[in-house]
Amino acid sequence: MMPQSMSLKNQDEGSVSTKATATSHERSVAFNGRSLLDVHGIHVEIGGTEILKGIDLSVAPGEFLGLIGSNGAGKTTLLRTILGDIEPSSGTVSIMGRKRAKAGMVGYVPQKIQLDPDLPIRAKDLVALGLDGQRFGIGIRSSHFWDQVEHAMRAVGAWEFADRPVGRLSGGQQQRVLIAAALVANPKLMLLDEPLANLDPANADDIVSLLNSIRTREGISIILSAHDINPLIDSLDKVVYLASGNAVVGKTDEVITTEVLSKLYCHPIEVLHAGGRVMVMAGDNAHAHAHDADPFGAKKAED
Amino acid sequence: MNTWYASTVVALSAGIIGVFVVLRGDSFLAHAIPHGSFAGAAVAVTIGLSPVTGMGIAALLSALAMHFLGKKGRRDVVIALLLVFLLAGGAFMLSLSGDYSNEVYALLFGQVLAVTDSDLLTMSILAIVAVTLVLCMIRPLLASSIMPEQASVQGVNNNLVALLFTIVIACVTTASVPIVGAMLLFSLLVAPPAAACALARNPIHAITLSSIFALCCMWLSVALSVLTDLPIGFFVATSSACVYAVAKVIAHIWKH
Repeated sequence: MMPQSMSLKNQDEGSVSTKATATSHERSVAFNGRSLLDVHGIHVEIGGTEILKGIDLSVAPGEFLGLIGSNGAGKTTLLRTILGDIEPSSGTVSIMGRKRAKAGMVGYVPQKIQLDPDLPIRAKDLVALGLDGQRFGIGIRSSHFWDQVEHAMRAVGAWEFADRPVGRLSGGQQQRVLIAAALVANPKLMLLDEPLANLDPANADDIVSLLNSIRTREGISIILSAHDINPLIDSLDKVVYLASGNAVVGKTDEVITTEVLSKLYCHPIEVLHAGGRVMVMAGDNAHAHAHDADPFGAKKAED
Repeated sequence: MNTWYASTVVALSAGIIGVFVVLRGDSFLAHAIPHGSFAGAAVAVTIGLSPVTGMGIAALLSALAMHFLGKKGRRDVVIALLLVFLLAGGAFMLSLSGDYSNEVYALLFGQVLAVTDSDLLTMSILAIVAVTLVLCMIRPLLASSIMPEQASVQGVNNNLVALLFTIVIACVTTASVPIVGAMLLFSLLVAPPAAACALARNPIHAITLSSIFALCCMWLSVALSVLTDLPIGFFVATSSACVYAVAKVIAHIWKH
């Protein structure tokens, strides 16, 4: 738990606060060389299968990074390696110069949370656990503590259902509560694993613009994984496009191109632009999947 | 007098700890440890120790075995196999020592009317240890039960929490089984807390409500057992099942 409130967040880093009004693009340039997260050449093997085959990426403070790829491309594995849950067979991860993040430095929203409707936990109790869940002993929660909880829940538009049992909220509402629980300890970096997967398009757009405003306002870096880039396309600073353990990293319009993706997939790929959206599809047999990052239509759980 | 005091201690500790059993989805563990520890009592009787000592040691050992072996393979399978092994072992030991089987029979079905002063002291200490341990780890316990992945990122050691909670169940088992019996501790650990969870909105309410439900079931059962001179087990099982059914009906009506 960090004692200072969110609005004071970056004052200890002089150049951060002076650049706070810069656009996201300028910001990522301004922090080059002072990245928050550095992933260098990581290889991960699970049960003899190589899941990640040498990934390099870096995230600057306040940057919004999209981790795009189909199911099985290694998105969750990469996120869990960054968190330190999975030990890479080679390569390094460093978060602000540390091998493993300190408690409160990173907020995490995992994929698919199942909450029992009978859970005797209000939404705000869950967010409160995000702030002091690691503490042993019988602590008294101060009014300052609940102010922090309220602040985080207001930031994600979850305050109006703070007193309702969390298991009985809708999927979109639960997603907001989980984001608030990840946000409440004032992290420097938030990792979200497929937060849009079970949401309708309107809710997905809401969550993306919410995250975008959080990182602009609080200067928190965000890595979000998704199989469809379209809801994110206007918000992302950088894309990490994963396919069978390899990745290309860059700005959206540099990565989502026929040449780059054909090379990544080792297969002809065609990228079409239509009405501000992109469609990635296999090039030769026109086996199109408009909303799908996997041009080969590999068997997916949702199908 | 001892009977009322003992049943109050059992009901309160089972009611409080049961909330976390239900939240964690650990009902099977709460079933297996009391039943498995019966084997320890049988061994103790055979070699001439007090059944309660044997049961305490067996409860702790089986809890640790379930925790550590459960990490190696599928947890439910490991617990099931250990449970069957311990029950069969217990029955085998009993058949070797026919003389004392009454004592062991009491451990399965409870003998709330014959609690001695020294039993009372042992069980009170164990119950207090268990409840204190749970209250001291209430936040990591909740976090690791509801959202284990985020908890781990926050620095909660989920494995340590699971181990401590398994030991808590072993303590409550040793404290309660001589009074209510293995069969009944299980229903007391699951039904009143599940009823409370269906009605309560926050963890503190759930714990309070669960303790009240467990106390009502327990006192009612003791009274009925004294009046009718029938075994307490039947009354505890029936009343706690009724509490759960009524709570679910009320929760359902509230929603509409």
